[in-house]
Amino acid sequence: MLADPAFRSSLVTFLAFAVFIVPTTFVISLGAALLVARTRVMQSFFRSVFFLPTACSYVVAALIWKMSIFSGIRSGLANGVLGWFGIDSIPWLSLADPPWYWLVIVTARLWLQVGFYMILFLAGIQRISPTLYEAAAIDGAEGWKVFRHITLPQLRATSTAVLLLLLINAFQAFDEFYNILSTFGTYPPYARPPLVYLYYTALGSGQDFGHGSAGAVILTLIIAVIAVAQGRILRLGDRGE
Amino acid sequence: MSDKHIGQEIGQALGAHLTRRSLFALGGAAAVTGALAACGSNTGREPAATGGASGGGSGATLNQWYHQYGEAGTQQAVEKYAAAYKDATVKVSWKPGDYDQSTAASLLTDAGPDVFEYGNGPTIDMIKGGQVVDLTDLIGDTKSDFNPSILERMTYDGKTYAIPQVVDMQLLVYRKSMLDKAGITPPQTIDELIAAAKKLTQGNVKGLFLGNDGGAGLMGGPMLWSAGLDYLTKDNQFGFDDPRAATALGKLREMWDAKVLLLGAPKDWFDASALTSGLTAMQFTGLWTFPDIKKGLGDDFGVLPWPALDGSGKASVPVGAYGSCVSAKSKDVAAAKKFAKWLWIDQTQDQLDFATSYGFHIPSRTSLISQAATLKSGQAAEAAKLATDVGHAQSPILWTPKCATAFGDAMNRIVKEGADPAGEIAKVKAVADPELKRVLA
Repeated sequence: MLADPAFRSSLVTFLAFAVFIVPTTFVISLGAALLVARTRVMQSFFRSVFFLPTACSYVVAALIWKMSIFSGIRSGLANGVLGWFGIDSIPWLSLADPPWYWLVIVTARLWLQVGFYMILFLAGIQRISPTLYEAAAIDGAEGWKVFRHITLPQLRATSTAVLLLLLINAFQAFDEFYNILSTFGTYPPYARPPLVYLYYTALGSGQDFGHGSAGAVILTLIIAVIAVAQGRILRLGDRGE
Repeated sequence: MSDKHIGQEIGQALGAHLTRRSLFALGGAAAVTGALAACGSNTGREPAATGGASGGGSGATLNQWYHQYGEAGTQQAVEKYAAAYKDATVKVSWKPGDYDQSTAASLLTDAGPDVFEYGNGPTIDMIKGGQVVDLTDLIGDTKSDFNPSILERMTYDGKTYAIPQVVDMQLLVYRKSMLDKAGITPPQTIDELIAAAKKLTQGNVKGLFLGNDGGAGLMGGPMLWSAGLDYLTKDNQFGFDDPRAATALGKLREMWDAKVLLLGAPKDWFDASALTSGLTAMQFTGLWTFPDIKKGLGDDFGVLPWPALDGSGKASVPVGAYGSCVSAKSKDVAAAKKFAKWLWIDQTQDQLDFATSYGFHIPSRTSLISQAATLKSGQAAEAAKLATDVGHAQSPILWTPKCATAFGDAMNRIVKEGADPAGEIAKVKAVADPELKRVLA
């Protein structure tokens, strides 16, 4: 299985995707949580609005992204906006170079999951005792310093959980990739994470269960190694606190 | 899990023709059943779980399986045919969801069907595994009446393993008025087609639509045929290790580079809406879209085969058919064979009804085409003639899913990334050669 270049490239895709999506989602959801936490008016409204996409199915979102927002014709939302500036329509999902399809996949996933992690951060932020902020204010700390020395350390437990969940989610990448990029019966040879590749190998018409399970074992090992490594790194940090 | 089930339902809601597409994906491209596939938890192994009808009759009880056809009335029709059979009790099972996978798996168990349909006949692995029985003697002297390329697709080593039920086809459809306005005659060669597509690309209208992947998934076969080549040679060797194949596949990239292809249409090539809503002037699509095209464009459309590369190539249209097969695990193989023969060979009126009353298909018996009211005149009659004259089974029986995946990947790289066609063909050959050796062993 490891000798199969398609499987190897799927592993690369998947690691690159995780390396990008995990920090991005982390930063954006933390930012959103901080903004919502500061809001005095309509806080619950903003909280709900950001959280709502979480309730949406990945499949439904993927199809909306594919067919109405990022369709290749002028009436697609993204191309409509480009049209106002006189830019030609871009067939977002058909081009392999430049790889616009990543924009589609990443925005769909961010829209879907940012709200959920924002809620986790928000819960974390609201549990930080206000006396800490008061003490900091008396010491003259404000803005970035407060965030760096009070909010962030106090959110350590939440951050660990969020990172772990994000990583797990990134490794489970299947739904939006499959629904956005598969054309009928086929899937392009790029942006093909291992679960999609194995799906076609073992459960598609190939029915090659042998290679399919070999791939699944390799995948499990990789995820286990990364999970253990991540646990180590975060725990080491704990001791330093 | 639930997400994927929703996907499945959406897939089915997207269009009545999805099931048609599933058939076409079978031959042409790799992993079949894409949109329908979902996660395969619906193994569908309980016979007659999804509604069935029993034929009044004596003797054996037979289970007959169909995939879920999108057209209204099809299920009632096949139940009616089965009920009219006197020599056995026939239970019809209508299988929604991932039909191909669940049927293939059920053939290994005792809970499988006796008679079942399968896209383009059984797979080579089913035949090699002895899961389906030889039906050559049922077809007998009606052989010459079936579409030859489809019957050949269901034949291995001189034995035929399925009876074609109805024929579907893909072809090039164009807006007459748009071509007239641009002063273009219907293209007869690939270069004429490219020239026409360039001339027809104006503003938001593109010249040609070959699918949202620029034809990478759909046009591989037709391009090989247009160069006078095929997936495999007559003696089952790799068939397109040839500079002409590289030229032909490179033509798709030429169209891509010229920006004359419609890309990213909301509905892909299997739906007529890109043509009827004026996004493209020409489209490669299926015969099943004709009712929609008629509704949208009236008589303002014409049909063409996929043109020849040049003088020494050939024009072609891909054809496919569900074939009726008999499981070797059937408790009464003789009775199952008898029923298959009765329905799909003897009952010509039922066959005609099945092909023309519920969707837009071609009867698999050539002698019935002239009786089909839907195919009597106009573009439909021309299309039916193309299927008989230049029809090409989508891919040979020995072209396994693994070969199809390798070819699909190569096509993607050639068309979308501009990879060197000759190099990509060599990569496909490296996968296909051992695979051919395996299935021929």
